[in-house]
Amino acid sequence: MTMKRVALTGNEAMALAMRQAKPDVFIGYPITPASDILSAIAKYVANGEMEAEFMTPESEHSVASALFGASSAGARSFTCTASQGLALMHEVLHIISGARLPIVISSSSRSLSSPINVHGDHADFMDMRDASFIQIFSENSQDSYDNFLQGVKIAESVRLPAIISSDGFITSHNLEPVEVLKDDEAYDFVGEFKPAYSILDIQNPITINPLSLPDSFMEIKKSQSDAMAFAKKEIIKTAKEYQKLSGREYGFFRPYKLKDAEIAIVVMGSTAETAQSVIDELRKKDVKAGILALRVFRPFPYLKIAEALKNCKAICIMDRSDGFSGHGGPLFVETSAALYDLKNKPKIISRIYGLGGREINEEMIKSVFEDIKKLSENKKVERYGYVGLKI
Amino acid sequence: MDLHKLAKIEPKFVSGHRLCSGCGAGIVVNQAMLAAGLENIVVINATGCLEVTTTIYPQTAWNVPWIHCALENAASTAAGVETAYKALKKKGRLPGQKGDLSLSATPRDDPGGVKFIVFAGDGGTYDIGLQALSGMLERGHNVLYICYNNEAYMNTGYQRSGATPLHAETTTRPWGRDTHGNPTRRKNLTKIVEAHKVPFVAQAATAFHLDFMQKVKLGLATEGPAFIDVLSTCRLGWGHPSNMAYELSRLAVETCYWPIYEIRNGRFRLNYRPKNPKPLEDFLRYQKRFEHLLLPENKDDLEELKREVSQEWEELIKREDCDRVCLRASKTNHHA
Amino acid sequence: MKKNKYFAGIIKDPGSTLKYKTYVWRDGLKPSWIKKNCTNCLTCFINCPDQAIKVDKDGNMAGHNLDYCKGCGICAQVCPAKPKAIVMKKE
Repeated sequence: MTMKRVALTGNEAMALAMRQAKPDVFIGYPITPASDILSAIAKYVANGEMEAEFMTPESEHSVASALFGASSAGARSFTCTASQGLALMHEVLHIISGARLPIVISSSSRSLSSPINVHGDHADFMDMRDASFIQIFSENSQDSYDNFLQGVKIAESVRLPAIISSDGFITSHNLEPVEVLKDDEAYDFVGEFKPAYSILDIQNPITINPLSLPDSFMEIKKSQSDAMAFAKKEIIKTAKEYQKLSGREYGFFRPYKLKDAEIAIVVMGSTAETAQSVIDELRKKDVKAGILALRVFRPFPYLKIAEALKNCKAICIMDRSDGFSGHGGPLFVETSAALYDLKNKPKIISRIYGLGGREINEEMIKSVFEDIKKLSENKKVERYGYVGLKI
Repeated sequence: MDLHKLAKIEPKFVSGHRLCSGCGAGIVVNQAMLAAGLENIVVINATGCLEVTTTIYPQTAWNVPWIHCALENAASTAAGVETAYKALKKKGRLPGQKGDLSLSATPRDDPGGVKFIVFAGDGGTYDIGLQALSGMLERGHNVLYICYNNEAYMNTGYQRSGATPLHAETTTRPWGRDTHGNPTRRKNLTKIVEAHKVPFVAQAATAFHLDFMQKVKLGLATEGPAFIDVLSTCRLGWGHPSNMAYELSRLAVETCYWPIYEIRNGRFRLNYRPKNPKPLEDFLRYQKRFEHLLLPENKDDLEELKREVSQEWEELIKREDCDRVCLRASKTNHHA
Repeated sequence: MKKNKYFAGIIKDPGSTLKYKTYVWRDGLKPSWIKKNCTNCLTCFINCPDQAIKVDKDGNMAGHNLDYCKGCGICAQVCPAKPKAIVMKKE
């Protein structure tokens, strides 16, 4: 297997992966910063490089509804969206996952209004955490390419929809070197879509999304919950298969100098890479610091996270969206639940950073580690705060 | 349209559903499914009375593939199914197609092809569903959209919709000390759909079943979007005796309250023009939702509704008469 | 992963509402077909919301399916025959 190395932005990488996965139907609506994917796909279709029906409905809500219809007909269906568009789809996202349709959304995470902001943060990604989607976050363009291909395979085997996202503008529009597979290699990896059912099967008529009364609703939801639990195995299985093909290793998260770390941050997205140089500097000063860069947010790998962090004295969970729970960002809330059963729980604090595309640089990450160090020494530190504010 | 022949075909929609006794929607669906004859039909249903009463898990009254998404997106869901149908047919991947690419022809040439019918109420069409409908029409999807119009959001408790007539009683615009029922006139959705320049638009009523069924057949044969707004009585929402569905549907047309017409490729045709239109009171008197209008103190409100009905009707007959004159004129010019 | 019967809440049993006999909804009245007055026009058939009008193998009127008839009375109201071929009677 010979890997080709090309310069691609995060969006271009996902568009390429999409083309190689050979969808039957692509339905999209433009929104910053995901619109590039839409125009890239339009070009592929226009030039005959992608054999798919390309549809642009009049709103994201209709995009999601059309995806629901198309996938229920047995078509491999993709879209791209972010922020307000993803939020507008919200009602239908639940309908899609309840009907167990493996639609894959490529996203470039952007903040949610108001006020309106077109830059990257994780608000839209976190906003849909109850929608029963497989949620995978990429750190860079290489991840974007690899995660999309794996995402299609995972979604179709588990029969749950998936969203593959990255930091809006920061990753989506950043040109980086990406190793790509050949078209046939990529498609063979993903395989042919074998739908669980089809509305177009005239000989065997089915009724999709009926009225379920209290006597049946819970059982249907339990079977959905079981699928999400099963997804954990499939994610690792798919990663191992992909590693054979690409040589790159994937898991639930990417640990960086975490094995013997006493203090650590849990972070998702491009910031993990920025933090690596901070870790290297701290290590030179004999500070045992590390990073847990989360890749899979749903299903939340609570056991593996607890295992990886159990020897830490203090942790800061960094969130690129607030969630406004009043006591910490969404990742903080999830991670603290994961750590709850540990005998010697690490001390934890929540830091909100990079909202609306606000910069998160090494200085700011260093200050976070100063707080964690203080926390590990039992000094008083703010439990839930913002990093990088001007005020 | 031989009813005896059609009655022998295996029904696409069966008994045992939980629609109210005497429900107009049941008549709409029966007539439409019968008119579909031997076609392969896939039904896309918006949330509403029809959807909840016919698909209570684990039972379904549908003998055809049926899908429901939400209230406002039946049109876009149908667009997605139709798009996937096109995509899979091209690749030979339809269930049972087994790679046979000879079926890739246009719908008209494909006798074994699948036709898509949307059933949505006036709620899911006039108001919340208008965006999705407009998009589907504008993009030209091959879908027959049947709006079963009972002039309010009946399933959730008779709230007014854009299709509710002036001064009708609904639970959100009731008659009260300070109010006179619904304050707005009906939205003319058929005109809005016509403005999308689709190949087939029609208004129908189940009392004129041959006309409605012919329209369904035509809609299914149309290449591109087809739209039928069919009046559907609602005994609980309108407040009428259980056996009056046919009679009220007929009176709606005879009083010119609900004209039945069609526009086929831009050509307008008024399907029924009563020589002596009946007075509107004949239609109103059997319905509790209009009982206030028949009281002498609300004479002005009744006149207002009558004016709205006659305005719409006058426009239609003027259009028909005008078309006739123009046609005659163009023929005479030809001779000259 | 094994698929269980609750998978996605899909109903795989077309026409299964036939198991639910809606005659229990009738409220004291049921239709009665007077064959000798019947012209076999099928107006009752085309106006029944519940398809409770039976047709025989040639598509001709064959009475009511009293398992599903909800007793609405539309068939009796629409019957164009003089005298009527369908009347509503006490159960």
